[in-house]
Amino acid sequence: MSSPNQPPARVALGPLIFIALVVAAIAAAFAYTAGWLSPQRLTPNKVVAAFAPPGGPALGHRRNHVKGICFTGFFEANGAGSGLSEAPMFRTGQYPAIGRFNLATSDIKAADATVRIRGMALQIAAPGGQVWRTAMIDSPFFPVSTPRALYGLVVASGSKEPDAMKTFAGAHPELGHFGAWAQSAPWTGSYAEEPYNSLNSFVFTSATGATSVVRWSFLPATQPVAIPPDELAKQPPDFLEQEITQRIKSGPLHWTLVIHVAESGDKTSDPSQEWPQNRRAVEVGKLTVQDIEPEANGPCRDINFDPTVLPTGMGTSDDPFPAARSSAYRRSYDLRTAEAADYPATASGATP
Amino acid sequence: MIRITQRFKPVQRALHWLMAACILAMFFIGVGMVSTIAPKYLPLIATHKWLGSIILVLAVVRLAVRWHYGAPPLPADLPAPMKLAAELSHYVLYFLMIVMPLLGWGMLSAANYPVVLAGGVHLPMLLPQSDSLHTTLWNAHFYLAFLFFAIVLLHLAAALFHALVRHDGVFEAMAPVSRRDS
Repeated sequence: MSSPNQPPARVALGPLIFIALVVAAIAAAFAYTAGWLSPQRLTPNKVVAAFAPPGGPALGHRRNHVKGICFTGFFEANGAGSGLSEAPMFRTGQYPAIGRFNLATSDIKAADATVRIRGMALQIAAPGGQVWRTAMIDSPFFPVSTPRALYGLVVASGSKEPDAMKTFAGAHPELGHFGAWAQSAPWTGSYAEEPYNSLNSFVFTSATGATSVVRWSFLPATQPVAIPPDELAKQPPDFLEQEITQRIKSGPLHWTLVIHVAESGDKTSDPSQEWPQNRRAVEVGKLTVQDIEPEANGPCRDINFDPTVLPTGMGTSDDPFPAARSSAYRRSYDLRTAEAADYPATASGATP
Repeated sequence: MIRITQRFKPVQRALHWLMAACILAMFFIGVGMVSTIAPKYLPLIATHKWLGSIILVLAVVRLAVRWHYGAPPLPADLPAPMKLAAELSHYVLYFLMIVMPLLGWGMLSAANYPVVLAGGVHLPMLLPQSDSLHTTLWNAHFYLAFLFFAIVLLHLAAALFHALVRHDGVFEAMAPVSRRDS
């Protein structure tokens, strides 16, 4: 940068303007990067805000899947998973597990019978500090293809415009597939009778360096019993938590972890698309749930079940959801931990 | 106008410019990653973590080097308020270079996120999980980041002022290469 050759006595306006321009340009680039100049950018704050129910979010609670109950137990690996991933919790052995059964709603007052999707969040820990976190749901596929479409769905379903949902569904035909499932799939009366699916795909890497794109499912050992929705509607609003708390007293509950391996051409980036049924499925172990505890002072409360917290041997794929979920879950965690006083640890159950 | 001729040692200049690039990148990565849900969120946050660790190590080394070699004196005719601002801002810069990575690391620990750097390096947890600690550290990391950025801009403006307006050798003392001028 050469400075103009001026007598020192004169006020050098040029350099001052130049300095101001340099500083302003960097500040403007910073503002642009922060999204302050792009109101249409989908930020985690915007996504999390969109999930809020009409009365506002339940302070101190997760911003979605707000109703839930903690469990503890262990995962017992049979060793078969090591062929797919070098994750330490796939080596034959037992690994402690903490999880959370939950409902896919942001409304803490929603009655259990009104929520179509149920979920399981899980953390499996291996010696040496490696953990695997996953948050799964019981539908066989996701309602929409992309995080932006999910945001659109949440906005449309909360919209007062009478045609908002119709317009959204018209632009997102994959939603019809999900709608058909939601209409026809049987309901059950227990968290213990549900399968829980990753839906998102991930990349597994074995010790030899071989990679596979996979999705996984925890399949219940408990036989599902279909219950008509109008029967469920007669149950108390928190019947799922009451039921699982009672059921665990008569013995532990089990799920088998099955890894589904994609073949080339399968839609690995789109969780609304199922893979063909004949894909290789590897049973890698069994989850045992031994204890159920209320969330308020339970061990799952402090865990952000961020699906990108993965051990060695697992990574994200071209599926855009895990990154979006990680970003939004972090925002939810930051908010709820700052509001912890609104959700005292002494409260019992999920109702404030 | 008095013109100083003493310069910082080559190792000091190398550390300064290397860290300048790292720290400037950190501001943009930090503010960019918290405002996106796109797939780039994950590499941005991973980069923010390992760059933060590198800055922490470099800052400690740099502080030791500075303590050993000192700094060239400011021009004797520099107005007292500018001298004070220069000295104070450098204390704040050193403080932030060391404290910001520690706050980030502590914040992740208090949130019970495993702190894993690129290459699978696990950092130990600095703190136990705690909602209140997490919130305090999060707020400190967030607000100090904006203060840090503002001071870096001020530092840059001052450096250019020395170089282009005062021509007093202060910029040249830290310039990466010695400039043959006038």
